[in-house]
Amino acid sequence: MTTTADPRPAPTRDAALDTAPDGSHGREPWRGFVRGDWCDDIAVRDFIRANYTPYAGDAGFLAGPTSRTTGVWATLTGMFPVERARGVYDIDTHVPGSITSHGPGYIDRDHELIVGLQTDVPLKRAIIPNGGWKMVKDSLAAYGYDVDPHVEEIFTRYRKTHNAGVFDAYTPEIRAARRSHIITGLPDAYGRGRIIGDYRRVALYGVDRLVAGKTADLRALDARPATEEVIRSREELAEQIRALGELKTMAASYGFDISGPATNAHEAIQWLYFGYLGAVKDQNGAAMSLGRTSTFVDIYLERDLAEGVLTEEQAQELVDDFVIKLRIVRFLRTPAYDELFSGDPMWVTESIGGMGEDGRTLVTRTSFRYLQTLYNLGPAPEPNLTVLWSPQLPEGFKRFCAQVSLDTSAIQYESDELMRPRFGDDTAIACCVSPMAVGKAMQFFGARVNLAKTLLYAINGGRDEVSGAQVGPEGPVYDGEVLDYDEVRARLDAMMDWLAGTYVSALNVIHYMHDKYAYEKLEMALHDSDVHRTMACGIAGLSVAADSLAAIKYAQVRPVRDERGLVVDYETTGEFPTYGNDDDRADAIAVELVESFMAKVRQHPTYRNAEHTQSVLTITSNVVYGKGTGNTPDGRRAGEPFAPGANPMNGRDRHGIVASALSVAKLPFDSARDGISLTTTVTPAGLGRTREEQITNLAGVLDGYNASDGFHMNVNVLDRETLLDAMEHPENYPQLTIRVSGYAVNFVRLTREQQQDVISRTFHEGL
Amino acid sequence: MTIDLCAAPGEADVSAPAGGVTGSVHSWDISTGVDGPGTRFVLFTAGCPLACAYCHNPDTQDMRYGTRRSAEEVLTRIGRYRRFIAASGGGVTVSGGEPLLQPAFTSAVLRGAKDLGLDTALDTSGALGHRADDALLAATDLVLLDVKAIDPAIYEDLTRGSLTPTLRFAERLATMGKRVWVRYVLVPGWNDQPEHVERHAAYVATLGNVERVDVLGYHRLGREKYTELGMVDRLAGVDGATPAQVQAARDIFTNAGLVAP
Repeated sequence: MTTTADPRPAPTRDAALDTAPDGSHGREPWRGFVRGDWCDDIAVRDFIRANYTPYAGDAGFLAGPTSRTTGVWATLTGMFPVERARGVYDIDTHVPGSITSHGPGYIDRDHELIVGLQTDVPLKRAIIPNGGWKMVKDSLAAYGYDVDPHVEEIFTRYRKTHNAGVFDAYTPEIRAARRSHIITGLPDAYGRGRIIGDYRRVALYGVDRLVAGKTADLRALDARPATEEVIRSREELAEQIRALGELKTMAASYGFDISGPATNAHEAIQWLYFGYLGAVKDQNGAAMSLGRTSTFVDIYLERDLAEGVLTEEQAQELVDDFVIKLRIVRFLRTPAYDELFSGDPMWVTESIGGMGEDGRTLVTRTSFRYLQTLYNLGPAPEPNLTVLWSPQLPEGFKRFCAQVSLDTSAIQYESDELMRPRFGDDTAIACCVSPMAVGKAMQFFGARVNLAKTLLYAINGGRDEVSGAQVGPEGPVYDGEVLDYDEVRARLDAMMDWLAGTYVSALNVIHYMHDKYAYEKLEMALHDSDVHRTMACGIAGLSVAADSLAAIKYAQVRPVRDERGLVVDYETTGEFPTYGNDDDRADAIAVELVESFMAKVRQHPTYRNAEHTQSVLTITSNVVYGKGTGNTPDGRRAGEPFAPGANPMNGRDRHGIVASALSVAKLPFDSARDGISLTTTVTPAGLGRTREEQITNLAGVLDGYNASDGFHMNVNVLDRETLLDAMEHPENYPQLTIRVSGYAVNFVRLTREQQQDVISRTFHEGL
Repeated sequence: MTIDLCAAPGEADVSAPAGGVTGSVHSWDISTGVDGPGTRFVLFTAGCPLACAYCHNPDTQDMRYGTRRSAEEVLTRIGRYRRFIAASGGGVTVSGGEPLLQPAFTSAVLRGAKDLGLDTALDTSGALGHRADDALLAATDLVLLDVKAIDPAIYEDLTRGSLTPTLRFAERLATMGKRVWVRYVLVPGWNDQPEHVERHAAYVATLGNVERVDVLGYHRLGREKYTELGMVDRLAGVDGATPAQVQAARDIFTNAGLVAP
């Protein structure tokens, strides 16, 4: 099905490219490139290694936005208030999204450089029911749209969805675990995401070459007996080849023939974007990350600059226009989903920087140009710009990153030093912290289990402390007067055994069904056929569980039972060490929990023999998980939020943010190779007096954390507006902590006068 | 205060029992951009001979509020952060309280930190400067010196101590060519009169070894501690310094040829 809102004929390819009037098309697309194995095989990494130009300078060369860029962006920003007010700008309720479902659509046809929208109108969302009809139906209801009965009939009667498949195969035990939120956030009702197509392949090789490669892979299976595995592979390859054909059709609707390689930078970005656009038209994945494209694109920009057909301003303009497109990727999701993720995130993650295995930095001028979009278009959470940090990065780039962080808070950092030796130097982050070699590895996203709740189940014999339901294996409720560490730890171990088995079973069901009913055919067409798969498990509530165990071990914890006989509260007397203060007594418990759960998960076979991994990650959903978890022995009250990710509990760190970060850095990456997340908040003044000093010191903190084997750091630099808002709406900022010269204060508990004092000191002094 | 500020080095030092140097420690912290360059391990010793009206950590004034720790223990702790500190371009700062109230302990920590290859700083009022022997200063890369007020009467009013030892220490550091950052806490109505700040700046400028002057505006965030500790808040009616007041003082230091960012 297609709709065409714009009655004008699509422009021809030549007309669309008349900004490059040098006659470059028709020219040899690989002219000037150093040849190598990449010419014969699909090998983008090798192409990059052979052709990129490392850049060790500073940000001085960058160009600001053109009036064209500002104009196109202004058109969109004019639409955002309507979207914010309604929750969605508009929804197409009739045409399910697919690579070729809609189009073409434009923001401002005469002024866009990079074209392509998910539907025929910017910000208008498509329904993508393959993941699950319920999600679509609930979303439409939430935003006041009627279901198209014809579409509903298709997806409830004729075409089974992933969600329907999963619930056919779930056991009662899995359903109970899911209902009680001990296993939570599972991608069983929506697209799993976290798969990164190697969209660069479209630009470097053109679609026809990719089809040829996949066809050869398919033919290679012809001789093999038709086992279940071979049949599945052959069907998937056929789907992939079909998707590549649809991608060409979609590009043609915009007037582009992408059967061959891109011949200049403008085409390279456009081809790459078409690849990504095809993916986000086809899949409503939980995270639809972009990969690692800046240094690839740089090769084309540098060639055009050298050929004299592009200026720096034009190069930046292309990047800006590309990023505008990435900023308006939209999916239809329910308000409950958005609450879980505190917003409407797409996780269009782009990984920037890092070092090559040959010792050269992978930073190029275009690494800077991508970050520059945060100035040219203003700060935004998407695309999720992620810097792969190494102390070996060029100083100029480090300083620019630190500066952009200070100005926008919009960069997250991940350790290139931990990833490169394990996954290679063409690794990108999916979502927030999940590393994978681009085009060579994918993950089965597994959300997470609630470790804090698991501890409560261990004490309550498998019964849920909130509902009272028997969810875990039945056992006696703890009956002693004081919790004994060894007994509780043994009970927890048994409960974690049960949980790991139930969890992996649930994930196996989910990914079996997702492959079957919502297969990412285009994203997988942009992977090697022989792909490495990981089963990405995860844990939430680590700091609560660790502190609770520390309380049981080092203080006296008396369980309080209710009329049901369940332990629902804890009276804790005495001091106990807490995770996050570089105190091994508590930190070792956190380390042990991570290692132990990883080991338990590994005991269970996975769908498609995926490698078991896990993350310690809940960047935003810690609030929701906390809501569903009762009182815990560490003193946390029922319903109170967990700390995000691997963070220590807020307010329990006594030695500053760095000491707290270094406790997190003790968690062993090899037991959490899907990522360990740390969120930090700093104020500019907390980094130094002058701006130069703040930049130096932030870069220093990143170097130091990296050298201490820290994996990930979200750097939030508080701005004046946030603090002013916190004064007016303290209920929204229960955890806002400000460190003032060696001690921390909870901002919302200060008097108004003190708050004003903090604001003036933080944002005036020294600037 | 009953501590004899003129005692000879070591006399009032309780920090050297047999079996390793110990000291009374208030707390430790890792902080960025406040107590010397970069991100630093900051050891706050307990006990101070002065009783500055504006002190925002009055709980560090009495040595009895501290916990006894050996220098070795502290250095083991610092060693755990060595990789971080070295990579981040920071160092170790011994602050207080007044670290020179416990010179043997302070010296052992600074020396140990240097031996770990880390940059070191001593954050002091200088009131007990005579207790810093040459070995202690040799283990100190940078002195953060808080002169507080150049007028002896204002100084005594603010601190309940005497200005002379601080000036003597400042001049000794100047003679040695030791790197110094001067800190100046600006308390409205107490030491912010332009003519006073000018005198102060002129004096600091004559020293010749002062790399930088940090003017810190008095703030009221530590005032609850006075209530908690049952101490009298002598600045009860005084407002925090405004950014404009702080900037005016910085300008005076800058005009005196100093770096006051």
